[in-house]
Amino acid sequence: MISDALDARLRAAAAAEGLLDAAFDVMDSPIGPLLLAATPQGLCQINFRPDPEEALERLARLYGPRVLRSSEPLRGAQRELDAYFEGKRRAFDLPLDVRGSGFTGRVLVELGRVPYGEVVSYGELARRAGNPKAARAVGMTMNRNVLPIVLPCHRVVGANGSLVGYAGGLDTKRFLLELEGSLPQSIKL
Amino acid sequence: MAQRDSGPEPGMDSSKGHRMGAMTLPPFERLYLAHREDVHASLRRLLGRERADDAFQETFLRALRAYDRLAHADNLRAWLLAIARNVALDELRRAQTVDSAAAPEPVARTEEPAGYEQLAELAGQLPAKERAAVVLRYAYDLDYDTIGAALGSSGEAARQAASSGVRRLRKELS
Repeated sequence: MISDALDARLRAAAAAEGLLDAAFDVMDSPIGPLLLAATPQGLCQINFRPDPEEALERLARLYGPRVLRSSEPLRGAQRELDAYFEGKRRAFDLPLDVRGSGFTGRVLVELGRVPYGEVVSYGELARRAGNPKAARAVGMTMNRNVLPIVLPCHRVVGANGSLVGYAGGLDTKRFLLELEGSLPQSIKL
Repeated sequence: MAQRDSGPEPGMDSSKGHRMGAMTLPPFERLYLAHREDVHASLRRLLGRERADDAFQETFLRALRAYDRLAHADNLRAWLLAIARNVALDELRRAQTVDSAAAPEPVARTEEPAGYEQLAELAGQLPAKERAAVVLRYAYDLDYDTIGAALGSSGEAARQAASSGVRRLRKELS
């Protein structure tokens, strides 16, 4: 039998030697377990449905076949997320591996600039990214956001303040906005 | 689950089963989970429990270094076991030059029923050099020159070590 220590040692060594296309791990959070993944460039995915089997296939397809569960490369992200959920951190300071080009890329950049405690409408984010008419495309980009929380798509709401939708479920979106003290008034009622 | 029908281990450039066209390698995690116990058992048989752990890590690191350049995804268990064998041979060679008196611990019992596990278990009682020669010859089917090179001696010395190991086993079994 392989001991846990030997298993952990191998997983850490593989990451430390830069041999992984992607490392992943699952962390607990107030909104349920989160699956985190990182490439050597930085954090690349946060997933609300931590199904490791499905994640393995997805990560291998996107980043390469050398995918291994390894907690060390994700420790920094885990620490920052823990602090965020405790209300002690308002911005993330992590290397990210975000892949998006053209309008999508500009939307993600603008999304990253929406500060803690504020919300923005889909249309407004479209305008900031250079195309005021592309609110629907912004909605699509939010829906496909692979780094929720860190790229704060929960801060993007309908023009009338409705929450509209969220990959992690509307309860999660409500929880995050409440944590940040920015749940729109119309929703609190 | 690990496949049981892989037959003799191929070299790194296994020539059987090349597949044409696009192929996808499974995520390494899956490969690791499926075969890590077999790899560790194989290393225990060759090196003893104590040295198997380091060789285990080296085996999977070597596999990772080569994995994304693999030409096909056939029989990955045999591929991993071939790497493990090479790591073990390197380790035996290294140990031979560094400290020829080092005697590895006897191999541990494994649950696998196949004949060569039983052989390895029996061989675990032998002196280090005889054990390595017996296991490499009869479980891994290596020729005496290769075994001699791995053990830092000649093919003839390897043949003698294997045959005196077998004689000793016969005596113990009778």
